[in-house]
Amino acid sequence: MITNGDVLIKVDDIHKVFDDSLHALNGVSDEILKGEVVVIVGPSGSGKSTFLRSLNLLEVPTSGHIYFEGVDITGKQTDIDKHRQKMGMVFQHFNLFPHKTILENITLAPIKLLKKSKEEADGQARGLLRKVGLEAKADAYPSQLSGGQKQRIAIVRSLAMDPEVMLFDEPTSALDPEMVGEVLELMKELAHDGMTMAVVTHEMGFAKEVATRVLFMDQGQIKEQGTPEEFFGNPKDPRLQEFLSKIL
Amino acid sequence: MLQERFYDNFIKDDRWEYILDGLTVTLQVTFFAVLVGIIIGFLIAIIRSTYDKTGKMKILNFFCNVYLTVIRGTPVVVQLLIIYFVIFGSVDISKVFVAIMAFGINSGAYVAEIFRSGIMSIDNGQFEAGRSLGFNYTQTMRYIIMPQAFKNVLPALGNEFIVLLKETSVSGYIALQDLTKGGDIIRSRTYDAFMPLLAVALIYLVMVMIFTKLVNMLERRLRNSDH
Repeated sequence: MITNGDVLIKVDDIHKVFDDSLHALNGVSDEILKGEVVVIVGPSGSGKSTFLRSLNLLEVPTSGHIYFEGVDITGKQTDIDKHRQKMGMVFQHFNLFPHKTILENITLAPIKLLKKSKEEADGQARGLLRKVGLEAKADAYPSQLSGGQKQRIAIVRSLAMDPEVMLFDEPTSALDPEMVGEVLELMKELAHDGMTMAVVTHEMGFAKEVATRVLFMDQGQIKEQGTPEEFFGNPKDPRLQEFLSKIL
Repeated sequence: MLQERFYDNFIKDDRWEYILDGLTVTLQVTFFAVLVGIIIGFLIAIIRSTYDKTGKMKILNFFCNVYLTVIRGTPVVVQLLIIYFVIFGSVDISKVFVAIMAFGINSGAYVAEIFRSGIMSIDNGQFEAGRSLGFNYTQTMRYIIMPQAFKNVLPALGNEFIVLLKETSVSGYIALQDLTKGGDIIRSRTYDAFMPLLAVALIYLVMVMIFTKLVNMLERRLRNSDH
């Protein structure tokens, strides 16, 4: 049983080479502890999204190992689908299932994968929808929702699987500015409830306020990391200083 | 005068039975050929898009490509003749069965490409969302990709079946008495081309219109989620 402070995800020297040329990850190692909120920032093309997507093997590293709950998920024998059930993922473009209602979007995986009854899954889904204030949208289709609503539903869809960790890949980058707040608010609540989170984002306010640790990635490597205070208050790496001066 | 011709062509000697029997054969062949086509097309589309997405099934994909090239590169009449006179040349076999196989195998090639284009048209994000929830490849295909792909290709699929229905009119090449052949037999008895051919054409037209209507209805029902 993994409790707060234990290592939940261990990344051991992963490399990722795309099409034999682009070196997206160049030896990344890190440990994400249970209960941590790790925010990953960096210029575009720095490998931060690739790193995040490696954590649940949407990108399979060219070399190196990733351990989730102590199990090497990069191993050939590992049933990655089982582990992914416990790693929620939220995408930039929401990726809700357009042919299913909001309720069906949320209950599909719990019913099919966790073998929950429809009643149980529906009940849980409606409870989650109530929490995010979207209960009235249960029977709507994704196309009837605003971007912010879609992303909140996407978060709820992942939460319905009771994940151990939530991965966010630029969750607010595709949103209109006025909708960013509602999504960040929900993510803050999650963090306060103790959810382990890894977040790739450009929202420095969120990083300062919510992160327990901030990573700076550049050229496929973690160049610097620290608490938000150290990270933003006293950046050491020249690339990070340059990056922060551009965006703050 | 017209009444007399109508009588000669359809009523006399129960000639309408050529039309009716032919229609039955045409519908039979079309229906089962559509089934065969869907099964073949579906399997090939799965193999080809799995290869496209994952690089697996390399050998099967190769055979599928050969099949697609040969079937789409030769006329359906020639395929029908080859299956009847070459492949089943030395066995006594039902012509209806041969026609079903020939048109089914032919249609399968086109259905395969329709299905595959449908699968490939679905944004990869849908696939990733499914996999990230813990669905395996097959489950993701079944619950998330296929239902959307099917909806997207329904018009093209409906069109393919309309083409197939009309293509069965060459069944006469293996002396199968389908609707077209039925009309042709009447013409050879009465030396009147206008009446039987008009009747045959009208029946095809009505069938296609009914089928188009059905496809449109199905499309509208599936569209429910695209408000």
